[in-house]
Amino acid sequence: MKIALFATCIVDAMYPRTARATVAVLERLGHEVVFPPGQACCGQMHVNSGYFKEALPVVANHVRAFDTDDYDVAVAPSGSCVASVKHQHELVARRCGDAALEARAAVVGAKTYELSQLLTDVLGVTDAARQLGSHFPHKVTYHPSCHGMRLLKLGDRQLKLLASVAGIELVELPEADQCCGFGGTFSLKNADVSGAMMEDKAANICGTGAELCTGGDASCLMHIGGGLSRQGSKVGTLHFAEILASTLDNPVPVAGDVQLAGGRR
Amino acid sequence: MSGTFLGMPALPVYGHGNLNATEPFPKAAHRELGNAQLRANLGHATHTIRDKRLKVVAELPDWEDMRDSGSAIKNATMAQLPALLEQFEANFTARGGTIHWARDAQEANEIVTSLVRATGETEVVKVKSMATQEIGLNEYLEEQGIAAFETDLAELIVQLDHDKPSHILVPAIHKNRSQIREIFLREMEDVDPALTDEPARLAEAARRHLRKKFLTAKVAVSGANFGLADTGTLTVVESEGNGRMCLTLPDTLITVMGIEKLLPSWSDLEVFMQLLPRSSTGERMNPYTSLWTGVTPGDGPQNVHLVLLDNGRTAALADEMGRTALNCIRCSACMNVCPVYERTGGHAYGSTYPGPIGAILSPLMTGIKSEENNSLPYASSLCGACFDACPVKINIPEILVHLRGEDVDSRRATIKVPTQMDLMMKGAEWAFSDGAHLGLLEKGLPLGRLAAGRDKVIKKLPGLAGKWTRSRDLPAPPGQSFRQWWARDHKAPDGVVPGTGTTNGTGTGSPTESEGGQA
Repeated sequence: MKIALFATCIVDAMYPRTARATVAVLERLGHEVVFPPGQACCGQMHVNSGYFKEALPVVANHVRAFDTDDYDVAVAPSGSCVASVKHQHELVARRCGDAALEARAAVVGAKTYELSQLLTDVLGVTDAARQLGSHFPHKVTYHPSCHGMRLLKLGDRQLKLLASVAGIELVELPEADQCCGFGGTFSLKNADVSGAMMEDKAANICGTGAELCTGGDASCLMHIGGGLSRQGSKVGTLHFAEILASTLDNPVPVAGDVQLAGGRR
Repeated sequence: MSGTFLGMPALPVYGHGNLNATEPFPKAAHRELGNAQLRANLGHATHTIRDKRLKVVAELPDWEDMRDSGSAIKNATMAQLPALLEQFEANFTARGGTIHWARDAQEANEIVTSLVRATGETEVVKVKSMATQEIGLNEYLEEQGIAAFETDLAELIVQLDHDKPSHILVPAIHKNRSQIREIFLREMEDVDPALTDEPARLAEAARRHLRKKFLTAKVAVSGANFGLADTGTLTVVESEGNGRMCLTLPDTLITVMGIEKLLPSWSDLEVFMQLLPRSSTGERMNPYTSLWTGVTPGDGPQNVHLVLLDNGRTAALADEMGRTALNCIRCSACMNVCPVYERTGGHAYGSTYPGPIGAILSPLMTGIKSEENNSLPYASSLCGACFDACPVKINIPEILVHLRGEDVDSRRATIKVPTQMDLMMKGAEWAFSDGAHLGLLEKGLPLGRLAAGRDKVIKKLPGLAGKWTRSRDLPAPPGQSFRQWWARDHKAPDGVVPGTGTTNGTGTGSPTESEGGQA
């Protein structure tokens, strides 16, 4: 299968390792990965902040980059960005009165998948250890990000993939379904409430005794990891794609500052 | 504009009364977050109701179908609201009731006052009602020399404390029992000075206080949960039975109901009497459901009135993207699951309607430019818990985003100097509207990495971004973006990369640099 990678802006610029891990996992399954070079961002930050006018060219760019027959399905390592592509793009086009874009956005949205969706529903991965060689001998807790959970209804897809990684010790996160408080520009506009939500999430994570917290959205993990780092915690954050990509021969090492892109390997 | 349509009010006619945030939400939230007692009370109370709701909802295998039904019935109601209102009026009137139409809070208050005056009474007992909170009826009546006594226990607590409700179902959710004891001792006449904070003792004190009012009151004022168009029947759904007392004992009953509270038919109650109690109090069934249709000769109130209140509901109905907010049945499930409400409480929202539903309903009814209501749609991380909990499937996150758009557009039209946020969005529009633009910017990543210093952590950022670094660090950006790595290296393998099982060829000789340049 020919799979187009939508890296998402935050992963492209801040967490390239997550995109690399996504490519590695897909190639390991024997698929061809392409990277449409015109891609930039899903536009969710603009939309969710009310800047529909500014969102339109961003949405149009994404549709331009992915509206080709050059690939079978598109994938992104983010529940939130995929939810935006699937649910918001048509809305933005409609609100801005661009019917042609609306129709093309629907086509792109329909063939875009979140990584665990693609692996589970399309590529038939049920055992990461056996099918991907995934090996990650660490104590890990998992935060299901809101948009993957509630907009894409991912259910336990990410968790099941993680559970099938060799060597992993998964510990349950109390109040896992509670938002971490990121919310895009919410973290700036309502920084106090956002910070209060993050502190409760961080406390729950630290209470599990896990070495790190994983999840499916780099943005939420950046928020949680940023909070943990500020509190001086040794607990880091890591995208689940990197855990799937980790093997016995080529492990993804876990350092104290694993949540920071700079120190993470 | 209004001149074109003679006799028609210019749309939209916005709502007035207690529907406004009077200070920006972030400011109010900052204050409320500092109240540790409030956060403890709220955290405990919302989690208790939340768990109860989840338990009783899980009992019903057809809960999702029920939500679909509730949503469909309400959508159909809104689509034919004018006809249903007339049908309701005809049926209610035929059974001896009197209908009054109120365009806004002021008109509704005046109507109720004149109806009370006509009875010669100066005291009324009240059934818990959001509509009368919304229009500020108690305060208005007081100005007119009429005393209104709340009979719902929590409303009574709030009224005695000269406070405002902070939750639509549990108005005193922000008070714990020792605070309630203190209020009773301070404000209640003839209270036992040995009163303790045991719930049973507090309830007894309230019961003794209220019993006198029930037995002497000649006029009651209520709201209504539902109005059934095909029979002209009104409904009050409650827990304590105080409502039943008010609805049956006095001679005169005056109800104030928003026009959106209609259901087309009696049989629709089948759906809503399952949705409402489970969503609101987490009960399979509520203890008291009162239904009345006009006047029943010789039984109950003989002088029965209904004030049908618009107060901005027509304006909300005119908003194609926002109108489903009117489907709200005031169950409060959205606020009980909201992580923002849980931490700030209801007062931070200013309006009678707090929480996620209030953050959309208030600006829809008043218009986005009213006082500080444009700050309300931002009071959400868009986590979506409210949408999942809503028994009538109001897509609250989508309407929040729609209203943020209304706010941005309205400010665009009036404010000439762009804010930091405006500039950030404009810059991001350029960066994200072309892969080449983003690629160009990413060439600056090493600079950011350099700025982060040796510990690779950014602890302080200037301007708006400084709100981030107030409580969170930012990792140093990588030396190279994924895009750069892909373009240079992906198809030219010559070295094994840890964790990938594939090869890569940065050719730098440094294994740390081979990982997308993130040393």
